[in-house]
Amino acid sequence: MWVTLQITFFTLGLGLVLALPISFGQIYGNKLLKAIIAVYEKILRSIPELVILFLIFYGFPRIGVRFSPFAAVVIGLGLRSSAYQSQVFRGAINSVSKTQMRAARSLGMSNFQGFVFIVLPQALRIALPPWTNEFTIVLKDSSLAYALGVTEILRQGGYIIATKHEPMIIYLTVAVFYFVVTIVINKSLGRVEKKLAIPGFDVKETVR
Amino acid sequence: MSEENVVLKIENLKKSFGDKEVLKGVSFEMKKGETKVIIGPSGTGKSTLLACINMLVVPNGGKIWLENEEVTSAKNLNKIRQEIGFVFQDFGLFSHLTALKNIMIGLTKVKKMEKEAARELAMAELKRVGLEKEASLYPAQLSGGQKQRVGIARALAMKPKIILFDEPTSALDPELIGEVLSVMKNLALSGMTMLVVTHEMGFARTVSDEIIFMENGYIVEQSSPEEMFKNPKNQRTKEFLFKLNELYGE
Repeated sequence: MWVTLQITFFTLGLGLVLALPISFGQIYGNKLLKAIIAVYEKILRSIPELVILFLIFYGFPRIGVRFSPFAAVVIGLGLRSSAYQSQVFRGAINSVSKTQMRAARSLGMSNFQGFVFIVLPQALRIALPPWTNEFTIVLKDSSLAYALGVTEILRQGGYIIATKHEPMIIYLTVAVFYFVVTIVINKSLGRVEKKLAIPGFDVKETVR
Repeated sequence: MSEENVVLKIENLKKSFGDKEVLKGVSFEMKKGETKVIIGPSGTGKSTLLACINMLVVPNGGKIWLENEEVTSAKNLNKIRQEIGFVFQDFGLFSHLTALKNIMIGLTKVKKMEKEAARELAMAELKRVGLEKEASLYPAQLSGGQKQRVGIARALAMKPKIILFDEPTSALDPELIGEVLSVMKNLALSGMTMLVVTHEMGFARTVSDEIIFMENGYIVEQSSPEEMFKNPKNQRTKEFLFKLNELYGE
């Protein structure tokens, strides 16, 4: 159970750390950077997660790069998540109206200050709901670690079944675990969302 | 020397977007405490002119001075922009900040003021535009007129040498225009230097020292409001004023 949560958090963390600079590059970068990011993202979004994991775990040792199964899972799922998360942030940043930056600059803020103090705080609020969604997707994808022999909750269930012969009960328990964690994530991030909500601010208004 | 009183001087300003030349050589100057109103048909470069003055849009030619400093060749634009207030047609208030914080953020982040001092000054400016009670409200909770007054207070708090108004009342319901205009009128009377793009002829007539009529990237005519309304020299000015008169019935 802890392994599943660990995979989820590390994957999400790696994805986040990569996704923020990727989305910035995609919006503010030069043509070359944008092109590289576009390729990166297309590749990662079009390969099945399992294939990415097999490539990293079984393929990479052939070129002398060896990872533990756990690391391979976090890297593989993390890269994939970075591609998705960067889209979430890119969309959110773009949906903050251009006037906001103009107004910031007119006060004498630098581009960087305008981005940090004005654009980003609004963009992160907009990004929160789709990011919550990505969180639950990563949680469920963590079960793919099973294929590399990592003892996450699904494999643990398998071990218990091997001695207790109760697949229905054990797999139901596993399912309930995923269900409960998803609910908890949704509820708590939903609460964060409410707390950060801007009074009177309708999301529709920002989309405009 | 009268030169010392000149706050803003614009010389042969030009701007093109691609093939389209929007400003074709605009020159004028503003003395301290003056209010000038720019009128003219839409698409004639009025808003572009304002945006060029604080370099939100970079001109292709010509020069701009703010007092003795040449804006067009300035290294530190962020410093100069602090001294040029800008009021936007669509307010440009920061959606995630309260009215008070909208004003404070420029003071604390740009001017590096202490938080308490910034709060005090911001509150004083809100009071000046009659919105001290709305200090803790967010932009989405304010009416259009209130938003624009916060926008003006935010510009004022930076202690600018001049404030540029880009159609400040065009996005407002008719019954909200008055409150914004009266704030602007008081500002003008208090000696603020103001350059205003507007179609509010009542304001232009009673408050401005000079009206500038622009068309097709040129200044066609500039004169005192009395002169402009009674005796416009240019045929195009006549036609435009006649049309405005028909529209707004003044």
